[in-house]
Amino acid sequence: MSFVKLTTSALALSAMAATAAVARDQVQIAGSSTVLPYASIVAELFGDNTDFPTPVVESGGSSAGLKRFCQGVGTEHTDIANASRAIRDKEIQACAEAGVTDIIEVRIGYDGIVFASQIDGPAYTAFTPSDIFNALAPQVMVDGELVDNPHTQWSDFNADLPADDILAFIPGTKHGTREVFEEKVIAAGCEATGAMEAMIAGGMSEDDAEDACLSVRTDGRSVDIDGDYTETLASIDANANAIGVFGLAFYENNTDKLKVATMSGVQPTTETIAAGEYPVSRPLYFYIKKAHIGVIPGLKEFAEFFVSDAVAGPSGPLAAYGLVSDPELAATQAMIADEQTMGGGS
Amino acid sequence: MTDAAMTPESARPTKSLTHEDARTKKRNASERRFRAYGIAAICTGLFFLLALLAAILSAGLPAFRQAVVEVPFTMTQEQFDEAEEAMLKTAIYTDYFITSLSDTMQAEGVQIEFDEDAVDRLLGKVGGDLRAYYRENQDQIGEQIGFELAASSRVDRYLKGTFTRDDLQSGNRFFMPEDFDLIDAMQEAGLIKQVFNWNFITGVDTGVDNPGGAGIGASVLGSFFMMLVVLALSLPIGVAASIYLEEFAPKNRFTDFIEVNIANLAAVPSIVFGILGLAVFIQFAHLPQSAPLVGGLVLTLMTLPTIIISTRASLKAVPPSIRDAALGVGASKMQSVFHHVLPLAAPGILTGTIIGLAQALGETAPLLLIGMVGFVARYPDTFVEGFLEPNSAVPAQIYNWAARSDAVFTEKAWGGIIVLLLFLITMNTIAVILRRRFERRW
Repeated sequence: MSFVKLTTSALALSAMAATAAVARDQVQIAGSSTVLPYASIVAELFGDNTDFPTPVVESGGSSAGLKRFCQGVGTEHTDIANASRAIRDKEIQACAEAGVTDIIEVRIGYDGIVFASQIDGPAYTAFTPSDIFNALAPQVMVDGELVDNPHTQWSDFNADLPADDILAFIPGTKHGTREVFEEKVIAAGCEATGAMEAMIAGGMSEDDAEDACLSVRTDGRSVDIDGDYTETLASIDANANAIGVFGLAFYENNTDKLKVATMSGVQPTTETIAAGEYPVSRPLYFYIKKAHIGVIPGLKEFAEFFVSDAVAGPSGPLAAYGLVSDPELAATQAMIADEQTMGGGS
Repeated sequence: MTDAAMTPESARPTKSLTHEDARTKKRNASERRFRAYGIAAICTGLFFLLALLAAILSAGLPAFRQAVVEVPFTMTQEQFDEAEEAMLKTAIYTDYFITSLSDTMQAEGVQIEFDEDAVDRLLGKVGGDLRAYYRENQDQIGEQIGFELAASSRVDRYLKGTFTRDDLQSGNRFFMPEDFDLIDAMQEAGLIKQVFNWNFITGVDTGVDNPGGAGIGASVLGSFFMMLVVLALSLPIGVAASIYLEEFAPKNRFTDFIEVNIANLAAVPSIVFGILGLAVFIQFAHLPQSAPLVGGLVLTLMTLPTIIISTRASLKAVPPSIRDAALGVGASKMQSVFHHVLPLAAPGILTGTIIGLAQALGETAPLLLIGMVGFVARYPDTFVEGFLEPNSAVPAQIYNWAARSDAVFTEKAWGGIIVLLLFLITMNTIAVILRRRFERRW
C-alpha cells in the first residue's frame, strides 16, 4: 500500500512541477566571474530594497554566460548575461539564430587588472608591457633579432627587475580578463619592443603578426588559471617568485597577502583607472534579453536599479567594492529606460 | 613397529612449546611484522583523519562566532517615510544607524577622534537587516530598540585574532591603521563584542561586500528538499526494481544485460548526470532552473544504482529456507516476498538508502550544470515553493564561498563543511543504529 501512496505522491509532485514551470518570478543571470561579485551585491540590494525576489546569479565565465544567454527565448533560458568584454559578432549571430534578436547592452563601469605577487616575495614593484612581453611571449627580440624566448629570469632583459625565475599565473582563455591581458599588455609590449615590426619584416602579413603578438609561451613559465582569483591567489601563495593577474577589487581585499606592481609607472587605484592613466582596465557589461522584459517580473527594474546613481555611481556600494564607475552612466540609464537594443531600434 | 616409529622422532632436533626453533621463530617474526604493518596502516589513517578534523575545526569554528555592534537605536516615523521614498533605501537606514552609533560612542566616552567614514568602515551591511525589521514591526517605530548588528569583516577578523596590526601595511578604503585604536576603544566601552553567530545557521547568502551577514540556512533547506525528492523517488523505484530482478525476473540475457548496466551506472561520474539533467529536465521538460526538484531528480539518477545494488545484496542475504517455508504453507510468491523476505531485508535496504542519500548530499558536480551553484539568497515561502523556487545546496554554497575574496567567506566555507559533516555523521549513525537494532542472523 505504502508503495502506491509513495508513487502517487511522486507523480503528483512531478505533475505539479510541470504546471508551475511556466511561472518564473525571479531574474536569472549567468556569466563572467569578474562581474559576479558586483552582480551579487546588486542582487542582494535589489532583494532588500524592492518587493521583487532576489535574482539568481551564476558564474562560469563571459563566454559560457553568453552561450547560455543565446540559447533561446523563454523562461527556461537566462535573462541576463554578465560579461567582462563586449559581445562578439559571432555571438550576436548565434543569438539571432536561436531567436534572440533584441539585446540591450549595458556598460556598468570599469575594472582594473593588476599584477601582484607575494607580499614578502621578490621586489616586483614596477612593470611595463614590454617587461611582461619579454617574460611571457614565445618569441622576443634579442639584440635586434626575433628569437625563441631565451629568458629564464626577469633580470635577463631588464636589470632593474629581480634575478628570479619567471613564473606568471594568467587568466585562462575562457575569461574575459584574458582578452584585456592580451591586448593591453602582451600586444602593447609586442609593439613597444619592436617584435611586431620584426615579424612583419620577416614576411608575416599584418593580421598574422597581430595574432602572433597575442600568444604566450607554452614552456610552463606562463600558467593559465581557469578558475577564479582565489585559485590564482593560492598559486601565488605557493610560489614566492611568481606574479599573478588579479582584478583591482580582489587585490584590495587581500592587501595583507599581496603587493601590487605599477604598470608603466602608474599605481593602479580606482582614481587612476577612472582618469584613464592606468593602462590595463576594461569595461564590464551585462546583456539583457529584451523579449523577457514584461515576462519576467522585475527584469527591467533590476537593470534600472543596477545602473542607478545610488548603486553604480561614484559613491555607491559598487564603487565602494572596487568598480570604477562609468562617467557616461546617465546615457546608460536613458538607454535602459527606452529599452534601446544593440544596433539602434527600440 | 613402535621402535621404527620412534627412531625418526628421536633423530629430529628436540623442540618444545617453550623453546622455538629457527623456522618457528621466522614464522612468528613475520606474523609480528604483519601485525605491525596493520597497526601502522591504521595509525596513518587515524593520523590523517585527526589532521583533517583539526584543520576543519580550527578553520571552521570561528565562523560560528561573530563580532557585533550593540547600540540602542530609535527610528522616527519621518525617518522611516523618508527612507522608504529613496531608491536605495537600505543606504539611508545605514546612515541613520551610523549617526546613532556615533552619538552613542561620544556619549559612552570614546576618546579617540573619528569621523563617520571610520564608523562606516567598522560596520557591516546593516541597512538590509534594519529595513527588514522595521517593515516587519512598524509598531516599533518611535521605540528605542537595542540592536546587535554585524560589524565589518575586518573588525570580525581582528577580534578573532586572524587579522592583526602587522598584517596591515597601509590603509585603503576598507580599513585604515587608526581604526584599530577605535575598535579597542569601542570594545572597552562595550559597544563591540563577540556573540554566537545564529545568523550563520539561519541566514541566506549575501553579496560579496557583506561577508558578515552570510548564512548557510537557505542552502541547508535546499539540500533538505533535494533529499526529500531523492528519498521519495529512489527508494520506491530502487526497491521495486531490485525485488523484481531478485525474486521474480527470469534469468535470461535481457535481465543479465540490465544487471550489467546497473553496475555500470553506479560507476558513471556524477557530472554526467548533471549534463543529462540539464538536457532532459530543464531544456526538454522545461522544469525550473536552479530548483531543488531538478537537483533531486538528477541526484535520484545518481543514487538509484547504489540503492538497487545494496537492496539486491540484502535480499540475497535472506536464506532460501524462509521463502521455501512460506511457499510451503501455501503463500503466493508475492506474499512470501512482502510478508517474509522484505521485512527481513529491511535493515539492509535502509542502510543502503541512507548511505546513498549521504553520498547525494555531498555531491556538487551535477548541481553546477543545473544552476544550483550560484548566488541564490532567499528562503522559499511555502512547502511547494521549496521544491520549485531556486535554491542552493550546502556543498554548492561551500564551493561558492571558497571562491570569494574576503577571508571571512573562506572561514564560512570551512564552517559550512562542519555543518555538512554533522549531517553526514548523523545520517551514518542512524544507518549504523538501524543495522544494529534490526539485524537478524541465521
